[in-house]
Amino acid sequence: MSLRHLSIDELVDRALGGDRRAVGRLLSIVERGGAEAEQVETRTHAHGTDAHVIGITGAPGAGKSTMVARLVAAFTAASRGPAVVAVDPSSPLTGGAILGDRVRMAEVDTSAFIRSVATRGHSGGLALSVPGSARVLAAAGFDPVIIETVGVGQVEVDVTAAADTTVVVVTPGMGDAVQANKAGLLEVADIFVVNKADLPGASDARRDLELMLELSHVTGQEDASRRPPIVMVDSLAGEGIDAVRGAIDEHHDHLVTTDRLVERRRRRARYEMRSRAALAFERHLDDQLHTSEVAAMVEDVLAGSETPSSAARRLWQPDAS
Amino acid sequence: MSSTPPPPHRIVLAKLGLDGHDRGIKVVARMLRDAGMEVIYLGLRQTTDSIVAAVEQEDADAIGLSMHNAGHLTLGPAMLAALEEAGIEVPLIIGGIVPDDDRPILDAAGVAAVLGPGSSAEEVVATVRAAIDAA
Repeated sequence: MSLRHLSIDELVDRALGGDRRAVGRLLSIVERGGAEAEQVETRTHAHGTDAHVIGITGAPGAGKSTMVARLVAAFTAASRGPAVVAVDPSSPLTGGAILGDRVRMAEVDTSAFIRSVATRGHSGGLALSVPGSARVLAAAGFDPVIIETVGVGQVEVDVTAAADTTVVVVTPGMGDAVQANKAGLLEVADIFVVNKADLPGASDARRDLELMLELSHVTGQEDASRRPPIVMVDSLAGEGIDAVRGAIDEHHDHLVTTDRLVERRRRRARYEMRSRAALAFERHLDDQLHTSEVAAMVEDVLAGSETPSSAARRLWQPDAS
Repeated sequence: MSSTPPPPHRIVLAKLGLDGHDRGIKVVARMLRDAGMEVIYLGLRQTTDSIVAAVEQEDADAIGLSMHNAGHLTLGPAMLAALEEAGIEVPLIIGGIVPDDDRPILDAAGVAAVLGPGSSAEEVVATVRAAIDAA
């Protein structure tokens, strides 16, 4: 029987009752956005707030998907029902995408719920819909919800703002520790994983990371109550996975016992409000660009009678002179 | 609130059973991606169960199976049976080496379309779109 004719309410009822196809359908609605997505949001956002949302980020090829597959198995073995939102980029030219994270997760038990998500042009890299998708999965009873995303540009910051716990995956031999310092990964990581720890250079990567963490201590950026652990992992062999799970649980306990969880949630809410408002504003701007008023402003800028900056200010502050 | 554009079509591509010839399916994945679709690629050695689970979780609009092991007359109908059992109505497209004589059998079994070697990108994309639109 097709689910396409069901109302949002019926789909949500089914999803909350554990119907996976209904969950899959709801995720599509959330990804599409608009009024229906908002309806889903209204029905789901108060559910599943206990679920632990874990963000996994790191450079392409760092082994995130392989590690996530192992982590999912570890959570399943511990009688928890994990779900994964795996984000891959859409082509900026065609809008299409090849979502290949499931290839690395082929051995994951079908009881875990894996959803492949394309960024669909959201500039941050993390699809705009991801927080909403995580909410649907949490409402359907999945816990933890793991968000996996490619670490390029500002994505690290994005994923941190969407998760309770952020795991940064680095690999030996890529100069990652230094790169991490540049890219601001040190600030966002709650846990570091040195993946492919069987490769030469793994202990160097660990030492570099430790040195960088020492430096954050010196400059006072460190959260004094906790230093991010560094876990050595060989995902292919499954070594170190239990230690990652332990570190994730430890971080969750830390957030709960120090009242930091609510602060993280506050940050998540703030971030999501900001990105939704930013999108609405962007669309509003795009609409404005095609009005005759703006066309006149463009001519003024071309003729040199108005600067681009002052024209831009008039776009978002129509009353400003 | 401005209206939302239609979302891209989502298609699950997989190799079902013991069949390591994955060059064709990767070419097809690229063709569909370049046509603006979201391709959920499962890779080699999938089972009917793993494909059903993926289609449910990914809310796919279509399934593409690549067959180069002469198993299409067994595995094609097995896939259709698994989908029917799960209550999923999603078009199944088979690509790869399918002798002409076998095509009517697959058609009769309920396979939405068969794409052979040498199909152009335009044919592949048009066939997938037509199968999704007809569903």
